[in-house]
Amino acid sequence: MAAEHIVKSYDEELGRLSKIIAEMGGLAESQLAAAVDAVSRRDSALALQVVEGDAKVDELERELNNLAIRLLALRQPMAIDLREIFVALKIGSDLERMCDYAANVAKRSIALSHTPPVQSVHSLPRMAHLALRLVKDVIDAYVAHDADKALQVWRSDEELDEMYASLFREFLTYMMEDARNIGTYTHLLFMAKNIERIGDHATNIAENLYYLVHGTALTEVRPKGDRTSLEVVAPESRVGR
Amino acid sequence: MDIENSPRAGMWLARVAVPAPGASALPPVQPEAVAPAAAEVRVKVDIRDVDFFYGKTQALKNINMSLRDRRVTAFIGPSGCGKSTLLRIVNRIYELYPNQTATGEVLVDGQNILASTFDLNAVRSKIGMVFQRPTPFPMSIYDNIAFGIRLYEKLPTSEMDNRVESALRRTALWDEVKDKLRQSGLSLSGGQQQRLCIARAIAVQPEVLLLDEPASALDPISTQRIEELIAELRPDYCIVIVTHNMQQAARCSDYTAFMYLGELIEFDETERMFTHPREKRTEDYITGRFG
Repeated sequence: MAAEHIVKSYDEELGRLSKIIAEMGGLAESQLAAAVDAVSRRDSALALQVVEGDAKVDELERELNNLAIRLLALRQPMAIDLREIFVALKIGSDLERMCDYAANVAKRSIALSHTPPVQSVHSLPRMAHLALRLVKDVIDAYVAHDADKALQVWRSDEELDEMYASLFREFLTYMMEDARNIGTYTHLLFMAKNIERIGDHATNIAENLYYLVHGTALTEVRPKGDRTSLEVVAPESRVGR
Repeated sequence: MDIENSPRAGMWLARVAVPAPGASALPPVQPEAVAPAAAEVRVKVDIRDVDFFYGKTQALKNINMSLRDRRVTAFIGPSGCGKSTLLRIVNRIYELYPNQTATGEVLVDGQNILASTFDLNAVRSKIGMVFQRPTPFPMSIYDNIAFGIRLYEKLPTSEMDNRVESALRRTALWDEVKDKLRQSGLSLSGGQQQRLCIARAIAVQPEVLLLDEPASALDPISTQRIEELIAELRPDYCIVIVTHNMQQAARCSDYTAFMYLGELIEFDETERMFTHPREKRTEDYITGRFG
């Protein structure tokens, strides 16, 4: 980490910025964990808590934005400080978006709890578990300004993509087997997609963290494990190939 | 680290091209001596192995730097780092003071202006300088501009009028002073006086403009006028600005040199210098982490 500023309040304000990010990261984790818990336990009350909890994240993002604007205007930051503030703003948006996805999972779980239970609902926590690890690791990397760790997160998102692709095929199979399942599995599919998107935001954070540390953009092409958006699904093709 | 693409690489190559001591003709700067990114930009002033002494105290240590034509180069660094000293070497104004010596070479278009054989008047007409405090002569606005021209050229009145008007227009001062050209230059506001000094400097048609903290004694609006003026003069001159205002260096210049304790620590494109400098000392200074 860089040495201290001559003006101490500048350091305090930058410190506050990182603290908000860490707090938002913690919320992103707990919101997603609770949302997926609500799905597996069919717990509408918990789901509602998650939906309501989203306001706290929005509030933190507003605080982050105000502080960043203030720092830009008053300190006219340069070099590492400029990157620190710019990246904090971007990471703030990613974390806010992650929490939106978690809230959406929670919202859908309320609808899902009114439909008959299905076995494959248990695939979801496995995926969420991996997403949670990515979020936790990328926030740890941010706190430590560890670009190598960020790169690990960036690479392991491929695994999450692959899980999503396999769930996508599994859920489609169930829908095709019995049209009465379509409602339930559409919700589950969107939930899986939401979790997959959370992983994408974790990689965004990793990329921004890399820029923060090195001052140059990560130009490597990220490995992608989800090609479902390119697939055509038709009953006679039997999915899963 | 991509040293090949940094202007410092160009400086280093330029040093290699220095002929042996005693060689009479200095070669013009080769295009390949310039960093590739700036290959189309010609080197105007090439500072080579410059040391400077106030008596026995060494104030500059082995400075090597290429200043490019039609570009703005900023010198930044804490007080006493040698940035103003370096500027004063480029037009040999240091010679006005006793016990000050510079060694090394300052090549302007390939000619070493530090050579004792080089005509001092030619140096001063080629290289204009503006100081921190506006220094208009105690004479009319018109004569402030005409004074320098008369030193070098005898012009018929109508032509002199044109030259005065053009210098004042160039510095966006004409509309403000055209009806009071016979009034004293000292009657103008501080910002106007500074623009008058810049007009006076460019009236003798120099090729290099040295600005030593030109806006540090001015209010914010006058400062912005000076910065705008620098942008307008940029296409025609090689401009060097010494400034304590980091944001001003970042806004006005194409290249920035960071100096500390008489040494050139880092010299690079301004954008690079202020977003991710290579040297920790540069970063500490520009981010306000310097003691």
